[in-house]
Amino acid sequence: MTDTDKNAWPAQLFEQLIEAGVRLFTYVPDAGNARLIELAEAHNAAHPVLLSSEQEGVALCAGADLVGERGVLCMQSSGVGNCPNFLSLIKGGGFPVLLIVSMRGDYGEQNPWQYPMGQAVEPILAAMGVLSFRVERPEELEPAARAALAAAFRAGQGAALLLSQKFLGAKDF
Amino acid sequence: MTDADIDRRELLPQLFPAPGDYLMVSGLAGASRDAAALTGDGERLFTMAGTMGAAVPFGLGMALAAPGSQVAVITGDGELLMDLGALATVASQAPDNLSIVCIDNGRHGETGGQLGHTAIRTDLARIAEGAGLPSVMAIGRPEEIAAAAEFLIEATAPRFLLARVRPGPPVAYKRSLDPAACRRRFRDAYLGAG
Repeated sequence: MTDTDKNAWPAQLFEQLIEAGVRLFTYVPDAGNARLIELAEAHNAAHPVLLSSEQEGVALCAGADLVGERGVLCMQSSGVGNCPNFLSLIKGGGFPVLLIVSMRGDYGEQNPWQYPMGQAVEPILAAMGVLSFRVERPEELEPAARAALAAAFRAGQGAALLLSQKFLGAKDF
Repeated sequence: MTDADIDRRELLPQLFPAPGDYLMVSGLAGASRDAAALTGDGERLFTMAGTMGAAVPFGLGMALAAPGSQVAVITGDGELLMDLGALATVASQAPDNLSIVCIDNGRHGETGGQLGHTAIRTDLARIAEGAGLPSVMAIGRPEEIAAAAEFLIEATAPRFLLARVRPGPPVAYKRSLDPAACRRRFRDAYLGAG
């Protein structure tokens, strides 16, 4: 990915989410979602919600759905490990929830602490009935986001957009 | 905390004489039984029977997404302790239409009445204050319930009411345990069918 692409993708994804009617941007801060949340903070129709723990975002988005609003949960991959019990709302209750996960413990990772959870993300999501849409190349982002939005908000599924380290770039130590 | 003398079965009807004025969510077990009895398992109540800890953040989502409605969360001490961080999230968002009622019996009622932290040293009202909730009230005696009902209407939101109750059963009320059906029921009622 060129530097231009690195700067451009959050704005493209944010526009896609806003056009799909997403209003609540719940998040635990991460380098991978920092720009996306800045855009939400600057946009009139978007409402960012800083969480204490990622699982709150699952419940918060489900509560918003109950009254007709759309939300997403933005987090690092380690946060997926905090979510499974609350993901029962998706499989059991039919609540549409869209997770946007910036991956660690993935391609090029240098921190050994990140590998266990990073490698467990997709099995955990699959076990809880959440569909994974993985992005490795810049041109995959738009169609993957479109597919994940459709799965969540048209078809009532749990969906996760996984932004891989091949896409985001691995952190240097 | 051992001097709490409220029968939980008599609490919610006095706190919410007009429950239809609220959108409600209740955490698993006793809180959901009491809330379901209050509303007749009503269409503007979503009760949980799992996802322990989810009621407060779920109610926050409702409050942020429905700013024109009053939202009430009914939870218990065990459920709330499972996600204390959510109180900080509520405080930072500071929705002006959210009330949280915690029915504190100091027990894990659903699993056999085992002691919980609030029966030992933990004070959830002080935790709520420390989290930054602007209005916090704690009661433990029946004669305090009327003032608590006023608190839920008049205090600056978000509000946190800790009601210390005697250990004892919730209302024996059978509610729907089908979360997908309850979601559809709520959305149909609130948003209109179709």
